[in-house]
Amino acid sequence: MTLVRTTFGRRAFIKRVGLASGGLMIGFSWLAACKDATPEEVVMMPDEWFEMNGFLKIGDNGMVTIMSPNPEIGQNVKTSMPMIVAEELDTDWDNVIVEQAPLNTELYTRQLAGGSQSIRQGWEGLRMAGATARHMLKEAAANLWQVPVAEITTAAGILTHQASGNTAHYGEMASAAAMLEVPEEVEMKDSKDFSIIGTSRKNVDGKKIVTGKPLFGLDTYKEGMLVAMIVHPPAFGMRFKSMDADSVKNMPGIKDVFTIDTYTDGTRKSFADIATFNKKVAIVGETTWQVMQAKKALAVTWEDSPDDSFEIDMFGRIMKTEYPSGKESSQSHALKMAEIGSKKGNVVRKDGNVDKAFKKAAKVLERSYSCPFLAHNTMEPMNFYANVTSDHAELIGPVQTPEFMEQSVAARLGLTLEQVDIHMTRMGGGFGRRLYGHFLTEAAVISQTMQKPIKLVYTREDDMTFGNYRPSYYVTYKAGLDENNQLIAFQVRAGGIPESPLFANRFPAGAVENYQAEEFTIKSNVSVGAWRAPRSNFIAGAEQSFLDELAELAEKDPIDFRLELFDKAIKKPVGENNDYEAERYAGVLKLVREKSGWGRTREGVHRGVAAYYCHNSYVAQVLDIVKKNGVPKIENVCSAVDCGIVVNPDAAANMVEGGVVDGIGHAMYSSVTFNDGEPQQRNFDSYRLIRHGEAPRKQEVHFVKNDIDPTGLGEPPLPPVMGALANALYKANGKRYYHQPFMSNKPLLG
Amino acid sequence: MATYELKINGNTHSVDVDPSTPILWVLRDHLQLVGTKFGCGISQCGACTIHVEGSATRSCQIPVSSIGNKKITTIEGLSKNGDHPVQQAWLEHDVPQCGYCQAGQIMTAAALLDSNPNPTDEDIEATMSGNICRCGTYTRIKAAIKTAAKSGSLS
Repeated sequence: MTLVRTTFGRRAFIKRVGLASGGLMIGFSWLAACKDATPEEVVMMPDEWFEMNGFLKIGDNGMVTIMSPNPEIGQNVKTSMPMIVAEELDTDWDNVIVEQAPLNTELYTRQLAGGSQSIRQGWEGLRMAGATARHMLKEAAANLWQVPVAEITTAAGILTHQASGNTAHYGEMASAAAMLEVPEEVEMKDSKDFSIIGTSRKNVDGKKIVTGKPLFGLDTYKEGMLVAMIVHPPAFGMRFKSMDADSVKNMPGIKDVFTIDTYTDGTRKSFADIATFNKKVAIVGETTWQVMQAKKALAVTWEDSPDDSFEIDMFGRIMKTEYPSGKESSQSHALKMAEIGSKKGNVVRKDGNVDKAFKKAAKVLERSYSCPFLAHNTMEPMNFYANVTSDHAELIGPVQTPEFMEQSVAARLGLTLEQVDIHMTRMGGGFGRRLYGHFLTEAAVISQTMQKPIKLVYTREDDMTFGNYRPSYYVTYKAGLDENNQLIAFQVRAGGIPESPLFANRFPAGAVENYQAEEFTIKSNVSVGAWRAPRSNFIAGAEQSFLDELAELAEKDPIDFRLELFDKAIKKPVGENNDYEAERYAGVLKLVREKSGWGRTREGVHRGVAAYYCHNSYVAQVLDIVKKNGVPKIENVCSAVDCGIVVNPDAAANMVEGGVVDGIGHAMYSSVTFNDGEPQQRNFDSYRLIRHGEAPRKQEVHFVKNDIDPTGLGEPPLPPVMGALANALYKANGKRYYHQPFMSNKPLLG
Repeated sequence: MATYELKINGNTHSVDVDPSTPILWVLRDHLQLVGTKFGCGISQCGACTIHVEGSATRSCQIPVSSIGNKKITTIEGLSKNGDHPVQQAWLEHDVPQCGYCQAGQIMTAAALLDSNPNPTDEDIEATMSGNICRCGTYTRIKAAIKTAAKSGSLS
């Protein structure tokens, strides 16, 4: 047990004013809050709830409600975050009800889904919430039984004082415990004593999902609500000019047609605000289908937009992005990247002297890799419910950044933060798309204009052509081997439209005497945003493909080749600020080597390996391809993962499996291309996503066992698999794949 | 506008809508049966899959005027207590991540097992390829379908 001061998020543990004086029973009705309670849950409901702190309340019958503070986008934090609270509370998981917390900056910190950080950054606060409540329950029991608090033990929601024979369940002590002062210090468990963390627990929303209960933003329905849709410019480099609104105003069910500006001049914008298509048309009507018909019929005239720029407040630093005028094409993008990528870029890191080393090298390998823009394509299109009145805004829907959007929307509407309430729904996917909550602001502005509650709904086409894409990237690697096949020089030159994917301090930086990292950028008016594992989602695959080819040139096994480099980085690291722990990196490679039976050859099985570190977790993968009638088929993917303590192992494995499928799919099939500024893919008939038959037949996931504080899994499993795929395809087809999507080179998966 | 009597999940619902309205939007906007999801609107993603007379059908492409007396089953009506073997298998394998596409996946899988109680990997892949899962739960979906098939309680 460890004693920890209750400083982290302490405000969350202090009851709100107003509750303390009126006794401790709070006016909370779980049944009213959630109409779709299962029959079992209804039976178990207590008569009274007692709020222990912002994270949990205990019922008089011992039931526990745990608030899940962060947005749920499919990464399963709505189950795993409450598991951490329940562990330290020491309650029976079967007696726990989980609720999605609303946005509340007083009670919670970092209510954000992004960067695979929810578990990592929530870990300490969640444990402390549970431990604090447990301590207060023990203190209440000690007071009642007149025994020292240190002699009281807890297990599965039961308090016991062995010497006196007293026992009570948490519900019996909840009323008294909730009256106590929050302790200055609490005891937290040793990881060896965990009984919930490290055991697989089912998704708390599982039953509701498989029975089709309303969970998602798009499922929101309120009496009197209207449906709104937007029409945005058809191409980047264009803007609204005029429209013939009267032509559709008389269509069945249509209430109004008008233009809206997402932001007005002078509105302070954060990273969650984006520049794309500020002025757009809003159509409001009674039903979705009616509005869709009006949207098709509406004649809008667009015009070329001039040079533009957009300023955001990036955590206190003002960042200005320029958007040049013009209508761009993928062809010119590719030419520009290859041309600028062939010249020396901005040197970001330099160890030794690569130019001299290349001259000395016995063998030199140089290869270029590229990838296209990608859309996020969450299965649930963008949407938000808004009911804005003169002094209040109620906003319900899927957003990864509620805290940032609260500030943005309050400023836009002319309301105070206190007048804005944001409720998070389960999200039909995030992948970074819903970090940028323009749709929330649009819904609020439409509601404010209409003075009615509305639900804004994007069509798939609206969403896919809205921008906010994964940037298009280009990287050239150059490496030199000496006569003993030792890597003596490594150069990476990475750039893109409009940003570079370079991580100058990542592997193999630190493992090579002569190392140089350069970057370049190309301005564009195509808007971009964070897409699952930003930058890593390309550079990992490129780097791991290059290392595979380099290992072949060095006549070494690809895992041995990497391990030799990690050995150097462990024993005698080159340079400073190397952004990885070489031991853990090597650890996942060794684990995947063991678990996949690497080195054993099987007739007709073609294997590729890759490893990568990003978002604080390490992942290595071995991907096996077999050929059926000449068509490659992924038979198995074996993943080895080091994310520290694994909170919910089966769900963690699910995240890894999903990242693997996602990475394979996007490397193989997906792209957004442009002609005259217009995205050429508008829906799933032209934008290819991976489908069942192309996914791996089997997957295995293995976790490194250690006691390191947990890190996230939303992103880290995706980047390396792109390299493992390219390397296995090379073995299967005898050809290297440098440019995504690989499908353009026709190695279709069967 | 016209009035239609629709047979959905064993009940009859009367709706007054434009004849061109797809069943998807009748379910979601008029009947608040929102388990059936909107994903693409062009029959490419399978999120809107329902059963029409027991066959898996994309509800975004079926105008209400074409449905007549045909029996519709949605995810809400697949079983009384959420205990259809496919739903149970989904829970056992803890398939969903975001969960948005899963109603459509389950409806397609249930119809598959109804016509083919012991599907091979190839059968599953061929039938399920019309349903996109953006989170990439395909590996678990396949395992869950096999578990449901083995449960033997499919009629």
